[in-house]
Amino acid sequence: MSKKIINSTYSGKQEKAVARYMQEVRDIVAAKLSRRDLLKLGLTASAGGLVSVSGTAFFPNLAVAGASNIHISPPCNKPWTDLLPIPKTCVPAAGDVFSGPPEDHYGCKEKDNRWHPGMNDYYDFKEGRTESHQRWDELGGSAAITARYELMAKEIDWNFYSDVEYPGFNSKVWTYVDLNSDAIGVLRIKAQYQKPIIMRMYNGLPKNGNDNQGFGINQITPHLHNAHNPHTSDGGPMRFYDSGTWWDHWYPNIRAGFASTHKNGTTYNGNWCPGDWQETQSTFWFHDHRFDFTAPNVYKGLASFYTLFSDDIKLDTDDETTGLRLPSGEYDIPMLITDKSFDSTGQMFWDPFMTEGFLGDQQTVNFKIKPKLYVKRRKYRIRFLNAGPSRFIEVSLSNNSNFTRIANCGNLLPKAQIVPSIRLGVAERGDVIVDFSQYAPGTEFYLENRLEQISGQGTTGKRLASSDKTRLLKFIVSDEAVMDESADMSTLQTQTMVPMPVTAKNPAVKKRSFSFSSLNGAWVVNDKLFDPGVISAYPVDGTSELWTLKSGGGWSHPIHIHFEEFQLVSRNGKASNLDIEDKSRKDVVRIGQAAVGTAGSGEVQLYMQFRDWHGDYPMHCHNVVHEDHAMMVLWKVVPPNDPNAGK
Amino acid sequence: MNKREFIKNVAGATAGLAALGFGAASMAASTQLNNTTVRPQNAVEQRRRDRFPNVPLLTHEGKEVRFYDDLIKDKAVFINFMYARCGNICPGMTVNLKRLENEFGGRVGRDIFMYSITLEPEHDTVPMLKAYAENFDAGPGWKFLTGTKDDIELLRRKLGFVNSDPVLDQDKTEHIGTLKYGIEPLERWGACPALANPKAIAQYFYWMEPNGTRPVHGFAYPQAEKVSQQQRERVKHTM
Repeated sequence: MSKKIINSTYSGKQEKAVARYMQEVRDIVAAKLSRRDLLKLGLTASAGGLVSVSGTAFFPNLAVAGASNIHISPPCNKPWTDLLPIPKTCVPAAGDVFSGPPEDHYGCKEKDNRWHPGMNDYYDFKEGRTESHQRWDELGGSAAITARYELMAKEIDWNFYSDVEYPGFNSKVWTYVDLNSDAIGVLRIKAQYQKPIIMRMYNGLPKNGNDNQGFGINQITPHLHNAHNPHTSDGGPMRFYDSGTWWDHWYPNIRAGFASTHKNGTTYNGNWCPGDWQETQSTFWFHDHRFDFTAPNVYKGLASFYTLFSDDIKLDTDDETTGLRLPSGEYDIPMLITDKSFDSTGQMFWDPFMTEGFLGDQQTVNFKIKPKLYVKRRKYRIRFLNAGPSRFIEVSLSNNSNFTRIANCGNLLPKAQIVPSIRLGVAERGDVIVDFSQYAPGTEFYLENRLEQISGQGTTGKRLASSDKTRLLKFIVSDEAVMDESADMSTLQTQTMVPMPVTAKNPAVKKRSFSFSSLNGAWVVNDKLFDPGVISAYPVDGTSELWTLKSGGGWSHPIHIHFEEFQLVSRNGKASNLDIEDKSRKDVVRIGQAAVGTAGSGEVQLYMQFRDWHGDYPMHCHNVVHEDHAMMVLWKVVPPNDPNAGK
Repeated sequence: MNKREFIKNVAGATAGLAALGFGAASMAASTQLNNTTVRPQNAVEQRRRDRFPNVPLLTHEGKEVRFYDDLIKDKAVFINFMYARCGNICPGMTVNLKRLENEFGGRVGRDIFMYSITLEPEHDTVPMLKAYAENFDAGPGWKFLTGTKDDIELLRRKLGFVNSDPVLDQDKTEHIGTLKYGIEPLERWGACPALANPKAIAQYFYWMEPNGTRPVHGFAYPQAEKVSQQQRERVKHTM
């Protein structure tokens, strides 16, 4: 075969040449094996299990924890010995001035010479952001900033195991660290509505070429999941910045509708606020979102809480003597639940080549395996977060008592729901009230996850029997007498909190459908592969739309839409199929296999508004392994006069 | 290629493989060889090495190589699976990878390497792959690889071209839709659809490079457009 022949057929007639060649190749196509042939060969037996080749354990599809006896990580033989780490609240810079250069809404031009732990030297940090903040002056600019936080993403040593059983069994994790306090690991920022803040995030991860322990990339973009924020602060997948740079994430902490549907603001119990008070949110988390590397980077530890309070309208105030009188202060505990695997030295294990999802064999709460928590005899607010990467969980209490659930996906419910368990797809959150005063001192019981999941593809929806493996955390009721000024349980269970925003006030102007499926093992949405240069929808500022999300089934997908929370209209075409937990504002919806109970949802329809901020945002699967395999689309909020408006 | 040439290649192929000692009998030997390769200096090198089976393979040029030592170690690479007789879909993927090769200009073969591994080593012999590579005008930095069935299977599993559903796992077309990309010494590994816009794939790679380009205002193309335009020009002239 000569080069000349190829060239003559290649340019212009390329497709024809390929087709002709392949027609010849098809002459030798062999017969395909049927399902029965495969079953005869016993090929189902090994699927999903641990496969050992050449002495190296690897997980084509790690399927452990709860569901089988396979253990890869060093075993935890002394559970309930370490205390649950409680996320510490970050502290703003002293005097509310940055220790480095002051903020600039166009992106800071000055350098900030400071210690770079990732290169063990001083370094001139630069701001990576080059886009200006929208509505900066309108919302008061620098003068309105009430707190300036300085955080850094850096590598630290962290022992996920019991210090008693495995002293100093440290893993190199990448977490956010507060530079103005000793908060480390899972952190917490406390914010209030109408009090804008800036979170200056330094990227102090190991510089290029330094050891990443086998996975993760030293570029970050912390996404404040699901805040109603301008895209410059949102932490989108393609706004990541390198080690040695920082980014000022400006969080205006303002309710949706403030510049569109509710320009005159709204009033709750005589207290006025900008925007729609019924869009008040509470439990956010921020986590890394680096394109194609979200799964390893979040797994490395880049995940923390951001709790937003509404003292401005005396709702969820962070003070249990006011507003809804929810348990507050030290009795308001966020719990980040994530599963991991470890090698024999205690380092986190990750397989960068897996495609379906990662199931660790050790589940952790606030980065600790099987910790204990001494609780006082009073009411607590516990904020559960499923931080993934792929596992669905269903939290419950081992003494079979109910949760009083007050929030879903960080949104206060119209009224509390009394439920025996709460299922959380990756990134979903559930705030509950638990009253420990009803238990005698010394009472012990467990927080459990009894949801069965045997592959990264999704959950079976079945509940496992309670066992050693399903237990995540031990509660021990102490005998300490303590004041409880939060509302009494009957009030907490019956009071009206935040009624659902009335969709009829802003009727949908457009319907769209997004069908998630796969093509030769790659994800497609509406039969198209993800393209980072393509915007798939242009909703108009101030309008609302009905989106239908479809899945072929067989897999479970927690679909997350950035920007505004939505309301579910139907599952499988019917409003009557909606589950109790669907009846709330949401930012993640489970579709596909075992979306509700053991039943699948081939499709859901949701109502979503697009207000106030213009810019690009993604919708993606929050099984972060699926996300990193391009299960994503981009869309953009545009003003009505935009040439693409409504497309 | 005409039919006669094609049949000649297929016929010669089996002999070629046999001559190089591949087959079930050589499996034990290849395992032994694994243990005699260069001993890593430290834990990081060991970890990097352990990620990949260092199996012997044959390139479409007939060169015997070790997967890790010769193809992966210290390199930036793209890896996909294909098979020559795969109908409608594979050729599209290979054509797309050709476009990707063009996107990188002269870098493929210099500091970026592309590997297309056959899922059908029993059919895709060296001459077969050579014909395939020539048909798609693969440059010198793009190798089509074959080996023993067991070694290929091991590679496929280790590299994550698998489906936990055994029926789907036996369907080869389920493994050809993704492309793995990585910078081995930095242990950065990503994946994307093999049919994705080649300009986008090139960007994914640049973003991963310590001093590569970065998205501008959250988008891949404003800056990329200019680069790829130049590259298109260059490709046009060379073809």
